[in-house]
Amino acid sequence: MSSDTIARLQERLATLNPLHLELEDDSQRHAGHAGARDGGGHYRLTIVAEIFRGRSTLARHRLVYDAAGNLMQGPVHALSIRALAPEEVPHQAR
Amino acid sequence: MSRDVQKEVHDLVTSNPVVLYMKGTPQFPQCGFSATAAEILKRCGVDFVAVNILLDDEIRLAIKEYANWPTIPQLYIKGEFVGGCDIMREMYQEGELQKLLEGVGA
Repeated sequence: MSSDTIARLQERLATLNPLHLELEDDSQRHAGHAGARDGGGHYRLTIVAEIFRGRSTLARHRLVYDAAGNLMQGPVHALSIRALAPEEVPHQAR
Repeated sequence: MSRDVQKEVHDLVTSNPVVLYMKGTPQFPQCGFSATAAEILKRCGVDFVAVNILLDDEIRLAIKEYANWPTIPQLYIKGEFVGGCDIMREMYQEGELQKLLEGVGA
C-alpha cells in the first residue's frame, strides 16, 4: 500500500521537473501515535528542481503540496520536505 | 446559527501574536512534528497560544483551508501564516524565526 503511495506521489511530483527526487517511507517511526490514527503514511522528501530557484521555503513547500494535490488528503499524513534549487545541493549529495 | 470556523481561526490568529495549531499540547504533543514545533517556540522563549486540533475536528479542517496548507502543525505570527515544522526548523537554524519573534508575544 505504501509503495503504491510513493509511486503515485513520485508521479505527481514529476510535474515539477525534478533533477533529483528522493522519497522515503518514514511511517514506521510514527506508527500508532494518536496523531496518525487516520492511517496515512509519513514520508520524507528531498527534491531538487529549477522551479525552486529564487523562491522562499514557504513558496517551495506550496509548490510541492500543490503537485501532490489530493494525495495529501488521505494517503499522505505527513510529508517532510527538503526542496532545493540545483546550486543549493550539498556536494556529497550530488 | 451555524459555526463560522474560518472566522474563529481568523479571530484567534489576529488577536494573539503567536499561535501554534498542533496535535496534542506543548506538554503532551501527539505527533513528532508538533513536538518539534512546540519545542522550537519554547527555545525562542516566546509565549504562544497552542491549539490542540485533535480536540476539534472542525478546526482541524478549517485551518487546512485557511492557510491553504494541508498539514499540521501550523504557525501564525501576527496573523500571518509562517509555515509548518520543516520551515520553522529551517528558520530557527538560520536565526530568522528569532528575528521574526523579537518583540512579539514576550
